[in-house]
Amino acid sequence: MAAFENNMTESTNGQQVLPVLRPFTFVGRTIMDWINSMGAATIFLCLALLRTLGRKQLFKTVQQTYFIGARSITIIMLVSLFTGMVLGLQSYHALLKFGAAGAVGSLVSLSLIMELGPVLTAIMITARAGSAITAEIGVQRISEQIDALSTMRINPIRYLISPKISASIISFPLLTAVFDLVGILGGYVSAVVLLGLNGGVYLHSIKTYVEMSDIINGFTKSIVFAVIVATVCCYQGYFAHMRRDSHGAQAVGLATTSAVVTSCVLILVSDYVVTSLMV
Amino acid sequence: MNTPLIEFRNVTKRFGTKTVLENVNLQIYEGQITTIIGLSGSGKSVMLKHIIGLIQPDEGTIFFQGKPITEMKKSEINEAFGQISYMFQGNALLDSLTVYDNIALPLRETTNLKKTEIDRRVMARVEQTELTEAIHKYPAELSGGMQKRAALARALITDPQIVLFDEPTTGQDPVRKNAILSMIAQYQRKFNFTAVLVSHEIPDVYFISNRILALYDRQIVFQGTPEELENFEHPFMDEVISSLEALQKELTGLFSKRQFVMLNHLQLKRRKVGESYCVVVFSLNELTAIYTKVGHDAAQEALRNMGLYIDKHFGDIGGFSTRRSSNEIITMLPYSNLAETESIIDDFVSDFQRQVLPAIGTGACKMAAGESVEFNIVAGIAEGQSTTDLDSVIALAKSQQKEIGRFNCAAGE
Repeated sequence: MAAFENNMTESTNGQQVLPVLRPFTFVGRTIMDWINSMGAATIFLCLALLRTLGRKQLFKTVQQTYFIGARSITIIMLVSLFTGMVLGLQSYHALLKFGAAGAVGSLVSLSLIMELGPVLTAIMITARAGSAITAEIGVQRISEQIDALSTMRINPIRYLISPKISASIISFPLLTAVFDLVGILGGYVSAVVLLGLNGGVYLHSIKTYVEMSDIINGFTKSIVFAVIVATVCCYQGYFAHMRRDSHGAQAVGLATTSAVVTSCVLILVSDYVVTSLMV
Repeated sequence: MNTPLIEFRNVTKRFGTKTVLENVNLQIYEGQITTIIGLSGSGKSVMLKHIIGLIQPDEGTIFFQGKPITEMKKSEINEAFGQISYMFQGNALLDSLTVYDNIALPLRETTNLKKTEIDRRVMARVEQTELTEAIHKYPAELSGGMQKRAALARALITDPQIVLFDEPTTGQDPVRKNAILSMIAQYQRKFNFTAVLVSHEIPDVYFISNRILALYDRQIVFQGTPEELENFEHPFMDEVISSLEALQKELTGLFSKRQFVMLNHLQLKRRKVGESYCVVVFSLNELTAIYTKVGHDAAQEALRNMGLYIDKHFGDIGGFSTRRSSNEIITMLPYSNLAETESIIDDFVSDFQRQVLPAIGTGACKMAAGESVEFNIVAGIAEGQSTTDLDSVIALAKSQQKEIGRFNCAAGE
């Protein structure tokens, strides 16, 4: 019996486990943590959505829309221009082999509208604004600014989180539209201006093959991504003080990294889920 | 006594396996300044955060106006907590907002007041806390003292009934520490709120506190007046109070009241029956008016300089001094009779008027902006014997006070 007890090791929650069971314990705990986090984040999102409306929220939402949306336009245009140009270049040479170079416009536009536009826009905003949101809220958390709001009877979720989620839901589709348009323009530049494809053919192919449902699907994805990115980034910052792996400024840094990585992974996972539901 | 405004009954709080508070019982009464003292990390801030609901107890009950918070409706809890303001140890000013916006924030977010009314109230607080020049600055651009004042202004902007101060003097120099404490006392009298402080500033905090709570070894070991604490026999006094008093002596040169009384006993034991000693009571009159005109910082600087000079002058001849209240310093001359003391005081007054008073006045007058501010310093002497009660000698000295110096800022003399 004593030998059996000696072989036991203590897990982090104080329970005794056999060494052979430790990997299972680790996997189980990780999965439980994930499920807990998902549940908490969903409640967090619901609380924030319930507090989006109100006269006092309008100005804060406009401010956040400016930060998340307007100030991301330059980087979105730059990325989308080159994405469209690369798409135009690659698809022109590929389709030329099949004598279908006239379909470049539709390939570029459909790729951008249905897939690349929403996904790349979401990833770019995560990198630019999402990381900043996590860091800002994380610093406010560890410096007790969020506690200070509570003591002033100001709901921190209403004051800090709801405007950011509203602004994301407004900004993501608009930036996706900008990405799509500039990307199509980039495709035009590479296929028509640089490679000599007929401009009318390029535009006609877009008009013929792109349908309203494709555009709606693209925007639906962008709204889903907006909710995911805003929730993950705000949640990571808001609970930066509860991280078990670090404290203080280091916790804010790790929370920011987690927010960006988790957002990017969830964007791609949800992209598949939403696409499979729409096809 | 009345029903306590806030009461803890057997409150226990644990963080993981560490118990921070264990069966804590305390009462906080309306309209008083209650100060919680204890060693760093003993759970004072945790206790304060329980009061405002930032932390919930694991066991025990917290009562608000005699009613358990756990049995209150949500609207009642909101109403109760709506009366409380909290001034954080690190100020917790929102760093993306200016000083003005920080102070205006509670009014903007929790009331439907018009912009002009909010502006009026904010500017009134800004002026009271001497922040007029800093309203458009961000917290990072302010000094520590100004940040404290901004946090104080924000805490008071909603006219709260209860204000909780979590170590309001941390990181301040001795003069500014006293300035902040006197500011709290002044506002408490002016706005009549209930104040709960966490502070280490012994004995200065005694001068402004009605009640002291001592937190030691996870429990409240003392509740009572500062005077009652002086006679409290407990390891807390040796471990906590003595170390804090030693630090204070190092910083200001003056003994604490407790040390003063102990020194006095020691001196009297050595004296024969019939041998006399003398007590001198110095006071700076009209301190509140001075605060209003030159600010708390300058007034405290003047008091500190006065204390340092008194300590130096009388320390050289075997005397020892303590601050008895915010504007009073008592000096004990254990080996002097009345005639000798009068002669010593004459020398002191002559030096004080020639060297010290102009320096004190000129320093403080820089803040007076040309206003007429009068520094009126009085002193009284009384003789006692080993059998005489010290308090009655002090009272007698106080009743015999007469002016030893006067300085007027506007006149410059």
